[in-house]
Amino acid sequence: MRRLLILVFVLICALGTRAAQAAPYTPRSDDEVLERLPFKASAAEGRELRQMRRALAEQPQNLERALALARRYFDLASAEGDPRYVGYAEATIRPWSNAAEPPVEILVMRALLRQYRHEFDAALGDLARAAERDPGNAEIWSWRSAILLVQADYTGAGAACAKLAPLASALLTTACTTIIDGRTGKSAQAYAELSKALARRPDADPDLKLWIETRLAEAALNLGRDELAERHFKTGLALGVTDGYILGAYADFLLDHGRPAEAVPMLKDWERSDILLLRLALAEQAAGLASAPAHIAMLNERFDASAMRGDKLHQQEEARFHLYLQGDAPGALRLAEENYRLQREPRDARILMESALAAKQLLAAQPALDWLRASGYEDPLYAKLAQRLKDGAK
Amino acid sequence: MSRALALLLLLASFAAQAHKPSDSYLHLRIDGARVTGQWDIALRDLEQAIGLDTNGDGEITWGELRAHQADIAAYALARLSFAGDAKNCPLRVSGHEVDHHSDGAYEVLRFAADCGSAPVAIEVGYKLFFDFDAQHKGLLNLEYQGRIQSLVFTPEQSKQRFVLGEISAFRQFLSYGRDGVWHIWIGYDHILFLLSLLLPAVLLRQRRHWLPVARFADAFWDVFKIVTSFTVAHSITLSLAALGVISLPSRLVESAIAASVVLAALNNLLPLVGGRRWVVAFAFGLIHGFGFASVLTELGLPRDALVLALVGFNLGVEAGQLTIVAVFLPLAYFLRGTWFYRRVVLFGGSFAIVAVAMVWLLERSLNLKLISP
Repeated sequence: MRRLLILVFVLICALGTRAAQAAPYTPRSDDEVLERLPFKASAAEGRELRQMRRALAEQPQNLERALALARRYFDLASAEGDPRYVGYAEATIRPWSNAAEPPVEILVMRALLRQYRHEFDAALGDLARAAERDPGNAEIWSWRSAILLVQADYTGAGAACAKLAPLASALLTTACTTIIDGRTGKSAQAYAELSKALARRPDADPDLKLWIETRLAEAALNLGRDELAERHFKTGLALGVTDGYILGAYADFLLDHGRPAEAVPMLKDWERSDILLLRLALAEQAAGLASAPAHIAMLNERFDASAMRGDKLHQQEEARFHLYLQGDAPGALRLAEENYRLQREPRDARILMESALAAKQLLAAQPALDWLRASGYEDPLYAKLAQRLKDGAK
Repeated sequence: MSRALALLLLLASFAAQAHKPSDSYLHLRIDGARVTGQWDIALRDLEQAIGLDTNGDGEITWGELRAHQADIAAYALARLSFAGDAKNCPLRVSGHEVDHHSDGAYEVLRFAADCGSAPVAIEVGYKLFFDFDAQHKGLLNLEYQGRIQSLVFTPEQSKQRFVLGEISAFRQFLSYGRDGVWHIWIGYDHILFLLSLLLPAVLLRQRRHWLPVARFADAFWDVFKIVTSFTVAHSITLSLAALGVISLPSRLVESAIAASVVLAALNNLLPLVGGRRWVVAFAFGLIHGFGFASVLTELGLPRDALVLALVGFNLGVEAGQLTIVAVFLPLAYFLRGTWFYRRVVLFGGSFAIVAVAMVWLLERSLNLKLISP
């Protein structure tokens, strides 16, 4: 009987929520703004980009021009988080990258683009081929270290930093090693070295300062010094550099500390980015805001769209979406497990542990527990998750 | 050196890649020799390809888009080819609109192609944006005989071939059956109508009081008569309407369906028709049949397998209906003697149904939207 009542109730509710299907329409006025471009075409950036494209079109065989344009696109992809530019960059280097033995610079560029699409093994392959011919190229080693870091191969990443040391400045080498220290139980050391590096370079450009502040915040979090971490997040944000990473990291910090309302204004203009849209929806839901359902629906559409094209770039976010916004623990666990086979950064381990706990399939979190033990990663939040998993397994 | 450093810095944002890459959505509907298409292309991609932001203010307005419609059509259609049995079918633009997908605004380009005669095999060639975006994908939905097939175009796979005869009769039958089941399950008005008639089936009306029936068989035969007559009635009109023998305006049909729900539920509150509710089921079943027919028409009926589709759909509707009855009857029988069933379920439920159906009736007859989505 109750089922019947529930059925009637559901039917009545469903009436009110029959969402309006989007449908093609004809706008009423010529002035209606349909789309805002990521940067103003009149701005210097757009102008420069057009000039570079024109320069290449004049000499389509010019490797240097193609590389410069591809590099520019890649930088834009990283800053704006917009994968369209990766597609543009790939098309730009296509005449060379299809050759049997592409030039070293093309191999490096292709590796960058491949890692962007999470084809890590293919990217490492390109870097290895490039290193054979140009072992003195610092960029190759810094990228190799970074990719191995994502795969949680800290020994390999450290070896790449060692190769980098004689080729690069002390600052770059410090950056390379401290990020590994932060993942392997040496956060105090990483924090001290980075602070020193920052103090030595008051003239450093904002990009570099932002990077260091972000790492300092993360190291402080690992050490359980949350207030200190927040100071670094705030200093980093105050630099005014457009960077999705620090916004995401600080939003996670606020969510973890039960302060979702503060994350909302910070993220509200970032709907474009799946990563930040997820944080925005999480914060809105936690704060009980009316705007949450619309953003959840938007995320759902995005994940559907990427499933249609067969992409699996944001499984970590998709897992969080399923776990916290859809209440679907088994679905979240499936995604988190698949994601962890590819990416093994701390956050990937965290969502794996959280969804294993929620789905009550504690054994599924074993790879994350193994990583935590082997690496010595310090963040107390992770230790608590691991403890809950171990207690549950008893 | 600073170059490499800058790069290392960017690494940190590795996992922070954000948006959706570029896709276009192509929907093709094949109907004999005629092909109609809808192609949704992102304004951002068109901006990159041909430039839409004429005044350079970083915003694309409808006026700017409108001014470029001819360019867009020429650019896009030059990058799409459609051949029926190896003979090129020329494409012709039939309209421009706008739509929004999860990542922004899209030009909606409508077009048609004429292949002369109905092709057996078709080949679609797609190369939009591949020249400058190696990650672009064209997502194709091909609709044929009411079925939809999905395919993806990439720079590596820019041609796709379909043999249209490949959709087998049996699969078609099954898929119409599925649509039938689905339709009854999501067609709240049909469910509520049926439930309204079934609710009193486990009770007996005597001297202005509802009493529980003594035997399961009594309830069962009552339900059997109601469901059978509803089925027979709606099968008749569904067939007649689907075959084009009778056609009624959909607003009239939809309003009458809503009215039938109101009356059926009202009858539980102020009983007029007692034991002969199967007559009501039959009479209004005729109306509901027209409702089913409009769904079937929307699905698109294959001309060569009309009867097959009709029977498949109808059997699907019956199967869906029987599932509902199978859940309802044992539960209702079990609870029939309780105060809860008579007061809350029968009375409260019928009251709620009347209220909901009244809203439908007003909406449908006056063409209003009272419960805004």
